[in-house]
Amino acid sequence: MLAALLVMALGAVILGAALGYAAVRFRVEGDPLTEKIDAILPQTQCGQCGFPGCKPYATAIAKGEADINQCPPGGDEGIRKLADLLGREYKPLSAEHGVEKPKALAVIDEQRCIGCTLCIQACPVDAIVGAAKQMHTVVAVQCTGCELCVPVCPVDCIAMEPIAENITTWKWKYPVVTIKPVTTH
Amino acid sequence: MEVSGRDHQTRHHTLTMRLFDFNGGVKPDYQKEASTQTPIAVSPTPTFLVIPLHQSIGGTPRPLVSVDDRVLKGQRIGAADASISGDLSSAVHASTSGHVVAVEMRLMPHPSGLSALCVVIAPDGRDEWIERKPFDYRYHTRDETRDYLRDAGVVGLGGAVFPTHLKISSGKEDRLDTLIINGAECEPYITCDDALMKERADAIIQGVAILHDLLAAGQVLIGIEDNKPEAIAAMQAAVRARNPSDMEVIAVPTRYPAGGAKQLIRVLTGIEVPHGKRSTDYGVQCFNVGTAYAIHEAINLGQPLISRIVTVAGNVTTPRNYEVLVGTPMKTLLAQSQRLPDTDCLIMGGPMMGVALPSDEVPVVKATNCILAGSKKLFPPPPPEMPCIRCGECATVCPADLQPFELYWFSRAKIFGKAQEYHLFDCIECGCCSYVCPSHIPLVDYYRFAKSEIWAHESEKESADKARDHYEFRQLREERETQERSARLAAKAATSRTAAMAVPETPATENIPVSATGSATPAALIAAALERARAQQVHPKNTTDLTPAQQAEIAAIEARRTEIRTQAHPHLPLDD
Amino acid sequence: MTSYLFIVLGAVLVNNVVFVRILGLCPFMGVSKKLETAIGMGAATTFVLTMACGTSYLIDRWLLAPNELEYLRTLSFIVTIAAIVQLTELAIQKTSPLLHQVLGIYLPLITTNCAVLGVPLLNVGLKHNLVESLLFGFGGAVGFTLAMILFAGIRERLEGADVPVHFRGTAIAMVTAGLMSLAFMGFAGLDKYK
Repeated sequence: MLAALLVMALGAVILGAALGYAAVRFRVEGDPLTEKIDAILPQTQCGQCGFPGCKPYATAIAKGEADINQCPPGGDEGIRKLADLLGREYKPLSAEHGVEKPKALAVIDEQRCIGCTLCIQACPVDAIVGAAKQMHTVVAVQCTGCELCVPVCPVDCIAMEPIAENITTWKWKYPVVTIKPVTTH
Repeated sequence: MEVSGRDHQTRHHTLTMRLFDFNGGVKPDYQKEASTQTPIAVSPTPTFLVIPLHQSIGGTPRPLVSVDDRVLKGQRIGAADASISGDLSSAVHASTSGHVVAVEMRLMPHPSGLSALCVVIAPDGRDEWIERKPFDYRYHTRDETRDYLRDAGVVGLGGAVFPTHLKISSGKEDRLDTLIINGAECEPYITCDDALMKERADAIIQGVAILHDLLAAGQVLIGIEDNKPEAIAAMQAAVRARNPSDMEVIAVPTRYPAGGAKQLIRVLTGIEVPHGKRSTDYGVQCFNVGTAYAIHEAINLGQPLISRIVTVAGNVTTPRNYEVLVGTPMKTLLAQSQRLPDTDCLIMGGPMMGVALPSDEVPVVKATNCILAGSKKLFPPPPPEMPCIRCGECATVCPADLQPFELYWFSRAKIFGKAQEYHLFDCIECGCCSYVCPSHIPLVDYYRFAKSEIWAHESEKESADKARDHYEFRQLREERETQERSARLAAKAATSRTAAMAVPETPATENIPVSATGSATPAALIAAALERARAQQVHPKNTTDLTPAQQAEIAAIEARRTEIRTQAHPHLPLDD
Repeated sequence: MTSYLFIVLGAVLVNNVVFVRILGLCPFMGVSKKLETAIGMGAATTFVLTMACGTSYLIDRWLLAPNELEYLRTLSFIVTIAAIVQLTELAIQKTSPLLHQVLGIYLPLITTNCAVLGVPLLNVGLKHNLVESLLFGFGGAVGFTLAMILFAGIRERLEGADVPVHFRGTAIAMVTAGLMSLAFMGFAGLDKYK
């Protein structure tokens, strides 16, 4: 009995010492996971997930502080990709964070704009140009459709317009398998 | 000059020596005789010409005309917009003289059935040309020639409409060994290149000679499928007439898709261009005969690309080739050839690679090589799709040496990454696999679907990366601004500190900077600054001798101001 | 020399840990969705299992047997294996962050791989010496890797297949594993051709 205890204790001490030494010896810093998660997120920087941008949300997911279904712009596909990357189960988009919408662009009604610069300050990607008391406009190619500029406008002159399909963005549709009724006489 | 018999024999010998073969391919029913019986007819000018601005890759050219403008034949109406697409796009011209009646969205000859910006011209019937000046490329730099071709709207007329000037610059770095002129025209029904070669061989050869010079190519090989003996004879005669030492017309075996650029290069030179490489990496460049003709017209005659040869075939009474002004509505052409009443679909291109058209109102564009009218009898609807039995027939016929059944498997299941691993983007969509599939699977439709999904993903990824950059830059800038603001405040504090130190001794030298390394303690400095501020605030010049009522009013106003400021800029210091 | 070859070959094919001995099914089902992770998991397991076989032989031969403490075998083996896995993880993380990233969570999970405990215990039961133990461990691990890679390849393909809704995912994977197991039973006759 005593021998058994001694052997096990000896083993525990030796292994513990080895592991402790290794933990100090092979110490590494940094977290590459955040970068990978960030690469999947759509970078709209809209904050619908409850974090102030895509990177903070990615960090929160990596730390296990946030769930993977909080990003409406990324949509169902984004959640699937995150689930795939992290080896977690897929779950539908959480309703409290919003719904997936077709991609849209902010458009400023330039007649009504009073030049208050509030939307410029709200835009996370510097897609709105203008100056104080000058009419503002949206640089369409930079707009991510985050809608952050919509609530801050004091005269409600910003509208979200869905992006229409054109010849260059048109996609071939999934081939439809035609099912034909069998006519019997 | 006549080539001697012996010379000709050697040439023939090398010809048989040199020919190679590509894997796969099919031999469909060619159906080319009907449209080659009669010469090229000139299609009548329609009531309205609808000229799409976007006819080649790159961004939509910027319209140069507006409604009610009078335009001349060959006048540039759309300029390649360098600000949007760099150098990619190509110019568009008015096909005849007349008035611009609209610049608006019109239905495009595109399977999507979507519209794009078009210039609508009402011809005045005078067909008045702009001033046409030949362009002598020998007295211009290569870049000038490129720009000229871009502004003349010359694009590849084989079907892909790749701007020709881009191909000319690509040969700049290293010498081109072989220039291949593609007259194979392998797709059933289409005979526009055949007709062009038969009737205008000399003009084509002049265009080829220009390309030969421009690209400094070692040899020129003109590949024509051997089912076009008249075209081969005409081209050989034209070559012989000019007697260049290094230009040859070669008959290639008729097998679809021998006219694919990579396949023709393989047949003529034996070079197999690997995945991810371009033919120019191997000293080979390929141009269509129609493109060579357009180059001749642009450079020797000063005429931009405003018309092309179009085959009208299929379910029509008189199939034939027409020289058509770009922008002519297709129904004008179909009326010429008398479309049969049971026509139920229109295809642009051939039956293998063509795309279904949304309407007969769509205009002929630079990419239109053939308009095929279809009926239930001519193109019976495909039998229902059955499961893939992995017979491997598609892999046997694939001219790109791919495994179509694997591509199908992954495209169908939307596993796009895997499809790309199997080199989906090397697929030329020739349709051989669908043609032989015993299960009648529309394989090419699956590949097109997968490709456009992948492109969409990539462009989304690209815009996400850009958005990330913008966001990070904004954060960086905000941080910098905060730092600058605090630095400014610190500097201000430092100035007032020196001032506070200077005031008791020499009040007159207040503005002269004094070294701040005084012996005063920070606490004393702050106290001095506060004292100074208080002194300033308490005794403004215009606020002395106020009545208590006035003072109360001022105090109320100040309080309100402070409150407003706090609300407006909660993050800003109040005294900024 | 031939006996060594038979030990390895037998462990890889005839007595494949996954398909014949039905050990280590947890990572076999869990990490076989993608080929890359399957290969990484196989490689890590190969290293750990070979090390574990050697170490456990030494512990059994020089520590437990002299003190007549054979009943502590399972306990001491599992502790040793856990320590080796941890050491491997730390070492890989330091020396090759890339591999560590690829293996991710599956590296520490090797501890719970019953094949890693089973093979050292089988070693004891089969009375292998040190070299034989190492070879048996290595062979078993290669067999595990082989099973993982084959299965991952099939599962990647299964993802695109028209599986009836109720069979999708783990169900069809289990069916596939059963069929593969049957196929590996066929190797049982291999020793008849000596």
